[in-house]
Amino acid sequence: MSASSTTSAAKATDKITMLQAVNWALDDALGADPRVLVFGEDVADPEGGGVVGITKGLSTKYGGMRVRSTPISEQAIIGAAIGSAIAGMRPVAEIMLMNFTTVAMDMIVNHAAKLRFMSGGQTHVPLVIRTMTGAGYSSGGQHADFLEAWFAHTAGLKVVIPSTPADAYGLMLAAIDDDDPVIFIENLPSLRAAPMLAPVRGQRVPIGKANVIRTGKDVTVISYSRQVHDAASVADKLAKENISVEVIDLRTISPLDMPTLIESVGRTGRALIVHEAVKNFGIGAEIASQLSEKLFGKLKAPVQRLGAAFCPVPFSKPLETAFVPGQPEIEAAVRGLLA
Amino acid sequence: MSKQPSASVLVDIYRRMTRIKQNDERFRSGIRTGRMVMPYYSARGQECIPAAVSVCLDDSDTICTIYRGIHDSIAKGVPLKELWAELAGKATGTCKGKGGPMHITHPASGIMVTTGIVGSSMPIANGLALASQVRGDKKVSVAYFGDGASNIGAFHEALNMASVWKLPVVFVCQNNQYAEHTKYAVCTSAANVADRAASYSMPGVKVDGNEPLEVYAAARVAIDRARAGEGPTLIEAVTFRFFGHNVGDDDSYMDKGEKAAWMAKDPVPRYRAWLVAQSHATEAQLADMEAGIEKEIDEAFKFAMDSPFPDVAELRRDVYRDEVAA
Repeated sequence: MSASSTTSAAKATDKITMLQAVNWALDDALGADPRVLVFGEDVADPEGGGVVGITKGLSTKYGGMRVRSTPISEQAIIGAAIGSAIAGMRPVAEIMLMNFTTVAMDMIVNHAAKLRFMSGGQTHVPLVIRTMTGAGYSSGGQHADFLEAWFAHTAGLKVVIPSTPADAYGLMLAAIDDDDPVIFIENLPSLRAAPMLAPVRGQRVPIGKANVIRTGKDVTVISYSRQVHDAASVADKLAKENISVEVIDLRTISPLDMPTLIESVGRTGRALIVHEAVKNFGIGAEIASQLSEKLFGKLKAPVQRLGAAFCPVPFSKPLETAFVPGQPEIEAAVRGLLA
Repeated sequence: MSKQPSASVLVDIYRRMTRIKQNDERFRSGIRTGRMVMPYYSARGQECIPAAVSVCLDDSDTICTIYRGIHDSIAKGVPLKELWAELAGKATGTCKGKGGPMHITHPASGIMVTTGIVGSSMPIANGLALASQVRGDKKVSVAYFGDGASNIGAFHEALNMASVWKLPVVFVCQNNQYAEHTKYAVCTSAANVADRAASYSMPGVKVDGNEPLEVYAAARVAIDRARAGEGPTLIEAVTFRFFGHNVGDDDSYMDKGEKAAWMAKDPVPRYRAWLVAQSHATEAQLADMEAGIEKEIDEAFKFAMDSPFPDVAELRRDVYRDEVAA
């Protein structure tokens, strides 16, 4: 915790939810910089301050000019963010659920990601797209996908995905500061999970830096978002059997912090990548490939991946639970690496 | 015409029109002779629209245009040397040779985005207008697009949002009557693109896009309205493209004679003759102007040819703010 930090009403020992943390970050950014705008479906207070309340209070505090509810028009929302970003603003556009980004892919992929390059650096697009997702609410096949690999596959975009309130706060401020477009992915169950350590107001978490949350020497588990906590629980459980598991929270998908991963897996010789997105063609495949390219001779076992089943997110509760890799699967995979 | 502009503005419109026409002729001859290698969507025949709109805009007003949009950029004032160098893929181009003809960008002239995606100029023009509205700086943005784009979802989303938020934006549809190879009526439910403005509670104005005074009058009202904070306008300017969807197009999908009839009433020489007949300019003055533009194009072409291609390291630059590691 930085001693030089700020006007926080919260003490370092206070706990808040990730939902509150994102609200704090937007509040602090709006307060600090008149270029910051927040808009999306239902985000203003008359509409409830966001579908889960993340933007509550902001339109009242900063006014309807800077914090706006939009039509259900994802292309127009991202277009408004792109144009205002090119013109020097710092928009934070909400696409309520990650599946709805599909409706705006032209704006995100063909425009936000590419305008800096196609203009030879004359323009740039410093926007943030906040979007929520994740299985756990029986919302079925079009409301819970993790699509981070699509965006990470697009040159020009950065992709950020916090697992804790403090990281969500610090990464959001860093994303708003960033001169490139950032896709900011919030896991819905994590937003409303039990409170965790509050951030220090004003303190950024750098984009592109992974966080080693458990140190270990036998296996490295690389994860992000909700599965980080499952991995940490498994590490704590296995520690009692003298199995030493290092757990790395990526925090940023793109740019990927490969130096941290290579250093860790270079030591442990065993790696497991865990994510909620489907396993096929995913982030795990990219990491496994890079680890294999760089550490082939040092690996003690083939790099393993865990991801969701290769099917749409199912509705029925037992199916939804089975769809997402959880602690039993992580534990079995770690034991498998050591077998 | 109640709002007829001054002689200097009338001549300025012609200057922009002939600048577009003369450049277009040289682009096409460059492609035919193999000296220019690029996809090219000629807007020959549509010169009047951006020329008459642009004289109503300040340098700090912005435009977003589309792949058939080099005429819009020339009318807005893109410098010819950098334009030609960009089209030749050279490091000295507006975009360092990294954008090409479908992505001309020149913020110093207010040319913020050229998109190769039909319909995508409009949502981004809204964003430029949103920034102006928040700042209260009275700048106006213009979105150019074609008749085909009025059938894509982005058009409808953008017009609705612009109207709800009263954004200082003007939507200028250059209706050249063909969406790629498909005739307007085959794929468009509304008799007029301008009729669609009614759905979004904004003025919709249809003008003869080959008549500079009509386009000017509509643009003047729409831009003044936007600048005054009264919201957006949709202008439909009816025109015709003389060289098909792209250069090399054989026009086999058009009625024989349709193009010939439009070319017979080419707006550029027609307006030129009118200016001289009305004594707004002399023959010698316009001939001088045209010769000056031709010389400028010669210099721009030479600059483009003499310029170096971009270094391969450019693949790693401008992807993000910081260079991508090799």
